[in-house]
Amino acid sequence: MTTLAADFHAPSIAYTALSPILIVTVAAVVGVLVDAFAPRASRWALQVTVSLAGLVGSFVAVCLLAHHRQLTAAGAIAVDGPSLFLQGTIAVLAVASVLLISDRSPEAGGGSVVAEASTTPGSADERAGIAAGRAQTEIFPLLMFAVAGMMLFPAANDLLMLFVALEVLSLPLYLMCGLARRRRLLSQEAAVKYFLLGAFSSAFFLYGLAMLYGYAGTVSLSGIQQAAVVGQHNDTLLVLGIGLLGVGLMFKIGATPFHSWIPDVYQGAPTPVTALMAAATKVAAFGALLRVFYVAFGGLGWDWRPVAWGVAIATMLVGSLFAVTQTDVKRMLAYSSVAHAGFILVGVVALNRAGLSGSLFYLLSYGLTTIGAFGILTLVRDPDGEATHLSRWAGLGRRSPLVGGVFALFLLALAGIPLTSGFTGKFAVFSAAVSGGATPLVVVGAISSAMAAFFYVRVIVLMFFAEPVADGPVVVTPGMATAGALAVAVAVTVVLGVFPQPVLDLSNHAVPFLR
Amino acid sequence: MTSSGGFPWIFVIGGLPLLGIALIYASPAERPEESKRIALGASIASLIATVWMCAAYHSAGARFQFVRSYDWIKAFGAHFAFGVDGIGLALILMTTVLTPVIVLASWHDAEDGKRSPRTFFALLLATEAIVVGVFASIDVFLFYVLFEAMLIPIYFLIGSYGGARRSYAAVKFLLYSLAGGLLMLVAVIGLFVVSKHQLGHGTFDYRVLSTQLHLSHNEQVALFLGFFIAFAIKAPLWPFHTWLPDAAAEAPTGVAVMLVGVLDKVGTFGFLRFCIPLFPGAAKSLAPYILGLCVTGILYGALLAIGQRDMKRLVAYSSVSHFGFIALGVFAFTSQGGSGATLYMVNHAFSTGALFLVVGFLAARRGSRQIEDFGGASSVAPWLGAMFLVAGLSALSLPGLSTFVSEFLVLVGTFTVHRWFAVVAIFGIVLAAVYVLWMVQRTIHGPVKPGLENMRDLNLREAWVIAPVMAVIVALGIYPKPLLDVINPSVHSTFSHVRPSDPTPPVAASLGGRP
Repeated sequence: MTTLAADFHAPSIAYTALSPILIVTVAAVVGVLVDAFAPRASRWALQVTVSLAGLVGSFVAVCLLAHHRQLTAAGAIAVDGPSLFLQGTIAVLAVASVLLISDRSPEAGGGSVVAEASTTPGSADERAGIAAGRAQTEIFPLLMFAVAGMMLFPAANDLLMLFVALEVLSLPLYLMCGLARRRRLLSQEAAVKYFLLGAFSSAFFLYGLAMLYGYAGTVSLSGIQQAAVVGQHNDTLLVLGIGLLGVGLMFKIGATPFHSWIPDVYQGAPTPVTALMAAATKVAAFGALLRVFYVAFGGLGWDWRPVAWGVAIATMLVGSLFAVTQTDVKRMLAYSSVAHAGFILVGVVALNRAGLSGSLFYLLSYGLTTIGAFGILTLVRDPDGEATHLSRWAGLGRRSPLVGGVFALFLLALAGIPLTSGFTGKFAVFSAAVSGGATPLVVVGAISSAMAAFFYVRVIVLMFFAEPVADGPVVVTPGMATAGALAVAVAVTVVLGVFPQPVLDLSNHAVPFLR
Repeated sequence: MTSSGGFPWIFVIGGLPLLGIALIYASPAERPEESKRIALGASIASLIATVWMCAAYHSAGARFQFVRSYDWIKAFGAHFAFGVDGIGLALILMTTVLTPVIVLASWHDAEDGKRSPRTFFALLLATEAIVVGVFASIDVFLFYVLFEAMLIPIYFLIGSYGGARRSYAAVKFLLYSLAGGLLMLVAVIGLFVVSKHQLGHGTFDYRVLSTQLHLSHNEQVALFLGFFIAFAIKAPLWPFHTWLPDAAAEAPTGVAVMLVGVLDKVGTFGFLRFCIPLFPGAAKSLAPYILGLCVTGILYGALLAIGQRDMKRLVAYSSVSHFGFIALGVFAFTSQGGSGATLYMVNHAFSTGALFLVVGFLAARRGSRQIEDFGGASSVAPWLGAMFLVAGLSALSLPGLSTFVSEFLVLVGTFTVHRWFAVVAIFGIVLAAVYVLWMVQRTIHGPVKPGLENMRDLNLREAWVIAPVMAVIVALGIYPKPLLDVINPSVHSTFSHVRPSDPTPPVAASLGGRP
C-alpha cells in the first residue's frame, strides 16, 4: 500500500484551460446554495442571475481561450479547437434555454416548470400548491450541472472521463424531463422512459469501455488509436468495443435504431427543457462522438464506416418519414431532430477535416434554430397548456403574422432553404462527404431533405393558407427573456445563411483534434 | 476582390424592385392603394434601367458584360458575381417589360379581403428582383441560391392569393421544385469537389468552371443529370410537368403570367447556361433521349390542351407543348435552333402572357374559367374578343406574329441535324391550331350565352395591360433582327463546346432582312 501511495502523483491540472467547465460547475453549486438559503421571494430572480452569469462567464472564458491548445489532467481532458468551439456553442444554447425557462409571462408562477414535482398529478395537494402560487427553482442548478457535463463531454479525451461526463449531463436531464407543469403524467412518463433507456445505453457504453480497455490496456483515446495501429491484439475485442461504445453514443444523439425515446421524451418534457435537449445535448453528444471516432478509431475507418453509412441512411430516412405522419408539432420537431442527426452523421462519416469543421458549423446553426422553434412553441397556448396539436395551428400566421413568420423562418432553415443557416450547414457537411467519397450518402441526404421539406412546408401551409380555427389558441406576447432568445435565434439563422464566412472560418480554425 | 466592367446595371435593375419593397412597407398601412403605385413605379424604373443597359451592351463585345464580382463565402469558393450575356440580356429585358404589365393586371387581385395588397405587390417585386439575379448570376452557387429563393415569393403568391385549390397547387409546386433543387444541390456540390481536386481551390466562378474543368464522361453524366432534372422540372419538360397546370390554373392571373412566362424560362435558360457548356460530353450523348422527351411533350401537351375545359389549364398545357419546342431547339445544338429557342423563350412569355391575361379578364367578368360558360363574347365585348383572337393566333404561330419566327427557326435548326424529330414536332403546330381555334370558337363566337349579355368590354386599365404585350408580339414578328443580333453571339459561344464546327450558317445572315 505504501509503495502505491508513493507512486501516485496527483496529475497537474490546468485550471485556466478548464475554466469554462469550472465556472459553470461553480455556478451550479452556488445555485444549490441559493435554493437552500435565499428567501423564497428572491430565489427565482437570484437563480436566473446566477445561471446567466455562470454561462456568460463561461462563454467569455471560451473566447479568451480561443487559441489555447492543451491536454490536461494527465491527458484525460483535451482543450483544443473542437472542444472550445462546442463549449462556446453549448454556452450560447444554454443561455437561450435559461431565458426560455426564466420567462414566466406565458404562465404565472413557475413558467413552464411544475411548482412541486413530488405531488401526485391531479391531487388536492397539487391544486393547493398551484393556488398558493408556489414555485420551485431547483431546475436552474440542475440545468447548470447538466451543462457542465455537456461541456466536459466533447472535451473528454479518455473513456472514463467520457463516461463521467455522460452521467453528469444525463442525470439532471432525467429529472428535468419530469418537471413539466402541464400534462404531468406525460412528463413523468417521459422522465422514467428516458431514465431507463438512458441507463441501459450507459451500460452498453460501459461494456464497450471494458472491451476497449481489454484490447488496448488503456482508456485514453490516443492510446487506443496507437494500439489499433500496432494491431497485435485480439481484434474481436476492438470491434465489439467500437460497436458497444457506438451504441451508447448513438443513443445520445438519437440515431436510428436508438431513436425511439426521442419523440416521447421531447413531447413530455417541459418545452424549454426539450429545447435544451434537442440543441445542447445533441451538440455535446456529437462532440464526443466526433472525438471518439476521429481520434481513437480514425485509423479504423474501414471497420466502422460501412456501419456508420447504414446508420446515417436509416436515421435520415426514418426521421423524415416518421415526421411526415406526426400530428403533434413537438413530436414532429422531435423526428426532425432525428433526421438532422442523420445529416450530421453524413459529416462524421466523411472522416476528413472538412467533415469535422462542417459538422461543428452544422451543430451551431442547427442548435440555435431548434431552440428558436421550441421557443415559439411556448407562446402558442390553449387553456390547458401549449397548443401542440397541428390542427390548432391552422391560420395562426394570419392572426399573428410575426410569430407565424418567425416560426416559418425556423422551419425553412430546418428544411435547408438557401439564405438560411440550415442551408450553409447542409452544404458544408454534404460537400465534405462528397470529397470523402460518400456521394451516395449525399444523394440519400438530398432525398430525405426533400421529404423533410414536405412536413416543414405543411406547417407553413397550415399557418398561412388555412382558415383560422374558431376557438384557436392564444398567442401570448413573449416576455423580454423569450423575445431576447428568439431575436438571437432569428439573427443567427439569417446571418449564418447570408454571411456565414466568419463563423465558417472559426469552425475551420477549430480543427483538428489534439491527440 | 472586385472586377469592373462598365456601370453595374444589374445592381440597379435588381435593386429598384427591392427599393420598391422598402417603400411599400414604409408607406402608410391604411392606404394600400399607395403600394400599387409604388410597385408600378419601381417596375417601370427597373424597365428604364434595363433599356439603358441594352443600349450600352455591345453584342460584338466580351461574352459577359457589366461584370461585378465580390467574394461571398470564401470557404465554398462562392462569389457574389453578376454579368450578362446576350441570352441573359434578352431574358432580363423580357422580365422587366412584363413586370409592370403584371403589376397593372393584378391591380384588384389582392382586394377581396384575403390578405393585404402590400404583401402581394412586395412579393411580386421580390420575384422580379430574384429572377433578374438568376438571369445575371455568373456564379453557380449564387445561381443555385437565387434559383431556390425564387420559389418562396411565388409559393406565397399562389398559396395566399390564388383560386379555390390554391393551397394544394402551391404545395405541389414547391415540393416538385424543391425535389429538383435538391438533386441540383448534389450536382452543385459535386462540381465544387471536382473543381477543388482539379484546380486546387474550390470555386463556383462560371467563367472558370466552363473553361478550365476536365471531367470524365461518367462525372459529366452524373452532374448533368443533377442539373438537367432540376431545370426540366422548372421548365417544365414532359414528364416533369404535372405541377404546372395546377399551379398556373390556381394562381391569380398576374402571378400565372409571372410563373409561366418568366419563372419557367429559368429552366430552359439553365439548359443553355449550365447543362451544355459545363458538361458538353454528357449533353451530346444524352441529347437524343432528351429530344425524344421534347417531342413527346410537344404532342402530349397539345393533345391534353385539346381536351381541357378550364381555359387556364388549357393555356398551361399549351405551354408544356411550347416548352417542348424550346428544349428541342436547345438540344439540337445548331445556331439556328439555339437562337430560335432563345427567341422562343421571349416570344412565349408574351404570347402565353397575352392568353393568360385575356383569359383572366374573361374569368373575372364571368366568375368562371370553364369554356362551356362562355359563348358569343365577341358580340358583347368586341375588343376583348379581338384581343383573345390575336393572342390565340400568336400561340399557334401565325406568320407575322412573333412566335412564328422562333418556331420556324427551331424547326429548321432541328431539321438539319435530326430530321425525324423535326418532322414529328411539326404535328404539334397542327394540334396547336386545333386547341386554340376550337377554344376561340366556343368562347367568343356563336350565340351569346345567358349571363354574358351585360359583359363589359376592356376598360382603360386592361387596355394598358394588353396593349404593350400585343405591340411586342407584332413588333418581334415583323422585325426580330435586333434581338437576334444580341442573342446570336452568345448562343454561338454556348454551342462552341458541343459542336466545334457548326453545320449551319449564323442566323442573322439567313434571316436578317425578313420582312
